[in-house]
Amino acid sequence: MRIAGIDIGSRTVKLAVLEDGQLILSRNTMTSYNPLATAQELMGDAVFDVITATGYGRHLIKGHLDCPVISEITAFARGARFFSSDCRSILDIGGQDTKAISLDQEGNLRKFEMNDKCAAGTGRFLEVMATALGFTIEEFSKAGLSAGKAVKINSTCTVFAESEVVSLTAQGAARDEVALGIHKAIVSRSIGLLKKVAVPGEIFFAGGVAYNDCVRVLLEKEMGQPVFVPSDPQIVGAVGAALSSL
Amino acid sequence: MADYTKMWSELGLDLEGHNALLSILGSAYGDIFLSQKNRPEGMKYFDFVMSEVHGLRIQELMEAKAQRRIVVGSYCVFVPEELILAVDGVSVGLCAGAEFNFEGAEEVLPRNTCALIKSAFGFKLGKVCPYLEASDVVVGENTCDGKKKSYEILAPMVKDLYVMDLPQMKTDMGRTFLKEEYRRFMAKLERVSGKKITPESLKMGIEIVNAKRAAVKRLAAIRAADPAPISGLDALLVNQVFFYDDPVRFTHSVNQLCDELEERVKNGIGVSAPETTRVLVSGCPMAVPNWKLPMLIESSNAVIVGEESCVGERGVRWLTESKDGTVEDLLDAITARYFSIDCAVFTPNPSRVEYVKEMAKKLNAQGVIHYSLQFCQPYIVESGPVEKELEHASIPTLRLETDYSQEDAGQLKTRIEAFIERLEKK
Repeated sequence: MRIAGIDIGSRTVKLAVLEDGQLILSRNTMTSYNPLATAQELMGDAVFDVITATGYGRHLIKGHLDCPVISEITAFARGARFFSSDCRSILDIGGQDTKAISLDQEGNLRKFEMNDKCAAGTGRFLEVMATALGFTIEEFSKAGLSAGKAVKINSTCTVFAESEVVSLTAQGAARDEVALGIHKAIVSRSIGLLKKVAVPGEIFFAGGVAYNDCVRVLLEKEMGQPVFVPSDPQIVGAVGAALSSL
Repeated sequence: MADYTKMWSELGLDLEGHNALLSILGSAYGDIFLSQKNRPEGMKYFDFVMSEVHGLRIQELMEAKAQRRIVVGSYCVFVPEELILAVDGVSVGLCAGAEFNFEGAEEVLPRNTCALIKSAFGFKLGKVCPYLEASDVVVGENTCDGKKKSYEILAPMVKDLYVMDLPQMKTDMGRTFLKEEYRRFMAKLERVSGKKITPESLKMGIEIVNAKRAAVKRLAAIRAADPAPISGLDALLVNQVFFYDDPVRFTHSVNQLCDELEERVKNGIGVSAPETTRVLVSGCPMAVPNWKLPMLIESSNAVIVGEESCVGERGVRWLTESKDGTVEDLLDAITARYFSIDCAVFTPNPSRVEYVKEMAKKLNAQGVIHYSLQFCQPYIVESGPVEKELEHASIPTLRLETDYSQEDAGQLKTRIEAFIERLEKK
């Protein structure tokens, strides 16, 4: 049987199809003003028997496909175990949410924490900050990694931090050092959530921000725990949704 | 609803704002309450009360006033209704549950004030709470710092603001202090009403309020059944109407509802399927029309089976010992009753979490959702240790912090659904 999961996130829509325990299809695209159309386009010719929806657009899809829905938190909990069969602590930094999740030994959801209702310290925050510094996302992460020291950024609010960055660069602060400061700010905020729930051992790092090496390196250093990033960190929620179709 | 325009104008309400409020309230009520499935017949009475909450009930208050009975408005379960009834007064809860005119409230209060306080000011400044306008005395009580300081600002806006001080520790001195505050309140009531409190009138007040609380306690106990015979939303509504309605009529209606619910339990009839995930809500009070959280929970494959809240168990849990004796004896009994309330303003407050555990067990709740109003320090600070203690006792707990706005509904829904999914696995 082919099981599918669709994760309608704030920035991207992801589709995963599994067969016999193997991920056989993985797609993603940017979310538009019409997430339903985007999701339908993404599903396109994909062949599957059952599908489960997750992500902030899950209820919208449910109205059209009449499919089951699960929360992103449960989806990440299940999906993480697909990539790392014994993981207990999960950090997901997506477009507008940060989630820290812990699992019990059997992989059941134990505790979770989420960021407040704004996008402070999420993927969207990094995007805006990179743009403010004139970097692409890739350059931004590299700049952070190469900086010798960091300029302290006090705010993880996207709006406040942007004006903070503008005034820092106006004062002549080095761009790389500001970049590192921004990465540190997002990591320290994520750790605030993670420390409330994490258990010792490896941290499974998912969501689009997990592609960012600078965040991963800082996270490992600050938590003092190894951090594992799966090959496709963005698909974890969709895989988890697919697995819950069973 | 009949035309109450004349009465509302005479009370000094802003008719335009008030009509807007009623129309929002009416449509929210339809969406949230009337759309529920398998509602008990007995809820029709409460639907009627809600449809007339600013109409017929206010007319009754005006009639009471015409008979020289005083109307006493309050915001807290520490204000003893027994004493108000003992001077033949009418006790009403005041509007503080809706995001109405927060712009106006923020002109006189800091933005970082809890929604309940802001709402009380929004209603006052917008002139849309007929209960407040009909009150001869408004009782403010020093529970939290936010309320305490804001009463200083409210004082010049209302006819007669009476501030009641409250102890913060459960010591002998605290108890004596509470008793003296209640004695001072009795004198105030006697002065305003021109009536003397006698052992007979006080005993009658105690008995009326005891019967009212006993009826709601009966309702609470019935909710232990699976399938749940009544939704959490409807049960919350009963607890909310508790503060507005005529106490004797209310008691009768709740008991009638309970008769029906007991019949339902006998026949295995419920509002949701058997084995639906059961949640206990604990924390801050939910004043009318604050239905946001219960609605989100009950639209996520779960049913609420209890409220450990002032609008709920904390308001009705204790009865006052009714005995023959002097006014002094009865005042002691009243003090003992109210001094038991385990509000988070007390420090330390260990009995609260113990009772949350007991409730979860009694009501067969699988998990607890702890609800704090943003900027409500007593409950937010207490929520950390409460969560820890409940999880330690193997009661899964989700802590939520929110206000009256709808902007975080999506984020709350995600957390609630994930929590329910966690409970379903068990």
